Amino acid sequence: MTILAADVTLPDNAGYVVAAYLVFLVLLLIYVAIMATKLSRFERELTELNELADKERTAA
Amino acid sequence: MYGTRLRAFSLATLVTLTGGFALAAFYAPEDADQGFMQKILYLHVPLAIVALCGFVFGAVCAIQHLRTGESRWDLRSYVAIHMSLIFGAGVLVTGSIWARASWGHWWVWDEPTLVSFLIVFLLYATYQPLRFSIEDRDKQARYASVFAITAGAFVPLNFLAVRLAQSYTHPRVFATTDGGLEPRMKVAFYACLLGMALLYATLWKYEMASKNTSAQIKALRRRLAGDEVPAPRRSAAPTLESA
Repeated sequence: MTILAADVTLPDNAGYVVAAYLVFLVLLLIYVAIMATKLSRFERELTELNELADKERTAA
Repeated sequence: MYGTRLRAFSLATLVTLTGGFALAAFYAPEDADQGFMQKILYLHVPLAIVALCGFVFGAVCAIQHLRTGESRWDLRSYVAIHMSLIFGAGVLVTGSIWARASWGHWWVWDEPTLVSFLIVFLLYATYQPLRFSIEDRDKQARYASVFAITAGAFVPLNFLAVRLAQSYTHPRVFATTDGGLEPRMKVAFYACLLGMALLYATLWKYEMASKNTSAQIKALRRRLAGDEVPAPRRSAAPTLESA
């Protein structure tokens, strides 16, 4: 039986190229994680402010 | 409002950057000298160019701040420098990886391009501590703007000095006498550069929208809670007039 296989081996030093692009991806992901944390903080603060506004309205 | 057209910016960035990297991987030919390893160029050089342009953009915003006295220009300058520092960190790490693969060393101290970029990066790394060290908000904004303008002027001077340097091992991307990049490489490179510039603009807009929202929430809290709001903590980040 003949097995035909495509040449999928990466060239020499490909690891360095992959590492460089991974660094970029990791930096982006860290930034997205920081933005997600900020967004959840805004959501929490807005909920607090809504509750505060409701309290003021019932007191008035 | 900094959140407008954010979706369009995000989509344009995604398409251009992915397309650029795809062109770099599948369309651009391998370099005769460095082979596959040269593909780092399509990430490292656009990152570096955009980071340096971001520093200059920060200086332009700082000039506007000193001219008008409006805090929004200080915030724009702050965010531009903040984003450029992140991009700069990426440049240093990807550059080190390329140096290790190409020259066998993580860092070469007698190479003007590398050392000059490190100097610029370290110079801007003092920007946030400088802001944090000044408690008075007006003074902080003014001093930070002066710093941003001085350091921003240093960026093109530094670039020129390196170009005029006699000996370097760092390759010139757009060499005029030795031919420079092959046409298909140029197409991929420009696509990556455009994608990286769009990424910078998008992240800058995200950060500005976030800072603006934060300022509006603080202003709203003050209006609703009055004196019960605790005094703002000391911070390196600028405050908008509305906050």
